[in-house]
Amino acid sequence: MNEKKKEPLFHIVKRDALPWYQSMGIRALAIVLALILCAVVTTLTTGTNPIEVYKSIIIGAFGTARKTWITLQNIAILLLISLALTPAFKMKFWNIGGEGQVLIGGLAAAACMICLNEKLPNALVILCMVIASIVAGAVWGFIPAFFKAKWNTNETLSTLMLNYIATQLVAFFTIVWEVPKGSGKIGIINQNSNVGWLPQIFGSKYLLSILVAAVITVFMYIYLNYSKQGYEISVVGESVNTAKYVGIKVEKVIIRTMLLSGAICGLVGLLLVGGINHTITTTIAGGQGFTAVLVSWMSKFNPLTMIFSSFLIIFMDRGASEISTNFGLNHSYSDILTGIILFFIIGCEFFITYKIQFIKKHKKEEQ
Amino acid sequence: MKKKVLSLLAAMALTVSTLAGCGASDTNASTGNAATSDLKAGFIFLHDENSTYDLNFLNAAKEACEKLGVEYVIKTNIPEGQECYEAACELADAGCNFIFADSFGHEDYMIEAAKEYPEIQFSHATGTKAHTENLDNYHNAFASIYDGRYLAGIAAGMKLNEMIENGKIAAENAKIGYVGAFTYAEVISGYTSFFLGARSVCPTVTMEVTFTGSWYDETAEKEAANKLIENGCVLISQHADSMGAPTACETAGVPNVSYNGSTASACPNTFLVSSKINWAPYFEYALTSIANGTAIATDWCGSLETGSVELTDLGTAVAAGTAEAIEAAKADLIAGNVHVFDTTTFTVGGAALNSYMADVDTDANYEGDHEVVIDGYFHESGADFRSAPYFDVQIDGITLLDSAF
Repeated sequence: MNEKKKEPLFHIVKRDALPWYQSMGIRALAIVLALILCAVVTTLTTGTNPIEVYKSIIIGAFGTARKTWITLQNIAILLLISLALTPAFKMKFWNIGGEGQVLIGGLAAAACMICLNEKLPNALVILCMVIASIVAGAVWGFIPAFFKAKWNTNETLSTLMLNYIATQLVAFFTIVWEVPKGSGKIGIINQNSNVGWLPQIFGSKYLLSILVAAVITVFMYIYLNYSKQGYEISVVGESVNTAKYVGIKVEKVIIRTMLLSGAICGLVGLLLVGGINHTITTTIAGGQGFTAVLVSWMSKFNPLTMIFSSFLIIFMDRGASEISTNFGLNHSYSDILTGIILFFIIGCEFFITYKIQFIKKHKKEEQ
Repeated sequence: MKKKVLSLLAAMALTVSTLAGCGASDTNASTGNAATSDLKAGFIFLHDENSTYDLNFLNAAKEACEKLGVEYVIKTNIPEGQECYEAACELADAGCNFIFADSFGHEDYMIEAAKEYPEIQFSHATGTKAHTENLDNYHNAFASIYDGRYLAGIAAGMKLNEMIENGKIAAENAKIGYVGAFTYAEVISGYTSFFLGARSVCPTVTMEVTFTGSWYDETAEKEAANKLIENGCVLISQHADSMGAPTACETAGVPNVSYNGSTASACPNTFLVSSKINWAPYFEYALTSIANGTAIATDWCGSLETGSVELTDLGTAVAAGTAEAIEAAKADLIAGNVHVFDTTTFTVGGAALNSYMADVDTDANYEGDHEVVIDGYFHESGADFRSAPYFDVQIDGITLLDSAF
């Protein structure tokens, strides 16, 4: 400290790992601050009472039993896609093809529903759907993984491009299967016979996806943290050379992990087509393949944290449509609110990983 | 530090709650007649006010409900999937007596909701299935918009005549361009009636049609219009919901006949006229029926007489005498002296259309099931059939440039 250099006002120092309650506290504070900013923005721009807006958001997500179920179901779907992408991300394989893997799985399920209707008993149709969509999703994951493993192609590009191929395939088959002619819509498949509709669990339309999500969450948590394969994924993600050195077959791990990633996405396609919408459209995944990237990263690849992250995004989205209904605000307005909240949440990660030390304080500590 | 943060938070919270008092929450209920004022209506729209198609419904819903004093809830941006079913059920849970959806792809999901709530009335615009589903509480509605397009076609034909008289084009070059969304009966019925209207005043007219494969794709519609203009089309009309085609026409200085509503403000030099469906009469009819305890028609088709089919004010670019010609034709249509799809006015493959089995009952094989050519004209949206159009015949004089969609 002898040099008479102008000292910066503060240092940014990496923190030691924070105890969980402190890091949670910082996150909670970020959300509170975000909500306050949202309130200020709301009042200034629309003159609407922000408390009423928040009330609407909560009512929109949990106002009635049905709303609660839909919210839970939507969380389950987003969570499942996030879980599917996570092993690939942990391996530093940038799988941004969740959208296409979901779509192709959904297309496979829809194809079974349409083509096998009245040819096989319902139970067999459903069995075919399950196999077809999981295989289709896995193939969509396998293609970029194979090229990456063999020739080290850029997986960001190939997974992204496969999204477009999946979308165009769905668009093509929409024209093939459209009813009535020229309408560009397939409509509900087997609406009267319900062939290929996934069964309702305990009489609830919504429970199936939620249960599947719960099972996959637990599975993924154990798989990533306690299994040999999960460990291999971490090693490949940290350093390919280390992995090679310790005798891990990197190519095999890449392909195996992407098969898993794609298969779970395909399963989501099955749930969307066979369990929820009973039709296929190019927009059935609704961009969730990309939102899931955010969820997975925001949660630092921890399946349990992902429950919370997907909750937050779906909660805001559900609340958003309620706001636009109640206050006549455009749906884009809720996107602005979600944007503010995400900005704070992602921003707060900085304060969890680093702390700001002001120089004066620092000096005193030294003395 | 902690205390500072806390006091800051407290201060902010206080500000927020003070501001909270200023906010005004709007309730949609207003006063009206006693029978309808305890009703509640729910509306499900595919997009919001940024789409001309949905805006047309939104305005009609507000107008009808405010006139009758009916409380109403509007849900916008509801996709054509399970979300539509959920939205309909949520509206039912919220106590709506009448639930309406505006987009073709909503239909199946509305039917699912109607099965679940038999005591609530569900209506759907542009749908085709009400007459085959046999549900007492599920209804389709449309309007004889082909009448409106026919009248708009007269304005187009008059404009072409003016161009021919001025020597701007030769009579055989009177070619209209048409931008359609899909090769769907609703679109085919629309451009054919428009063409027949134009030909009723300008006998040498021909038409080229191209499809975009989307109900709303501004770029594709603009490109399609430009392509048609380059092909030598001297007048453009469209059946898709963006401003793509009208603005392309304004740039190129080509007259345009619009749909859903007037585009005069954006295209002052080229706008001729626009036909549109006014949904307010249907909403009033359905809500009054519920209030009176009478049944809503399974298929309701509005007309010029019910005020459901309208033309906007004429643009400044129309030819002289257009208003009078339209009025005369309108009177003839209402009186039944003239039918838009009179089989003596067009041929199919060189022959008259004396018989046609239309696909009225929707099925996966597109099989024709009803004879619709009766008394010398094609009964489009006929009372015995269904309200949504089923005219899907390719008549002579109209060339399809593509038919991929």
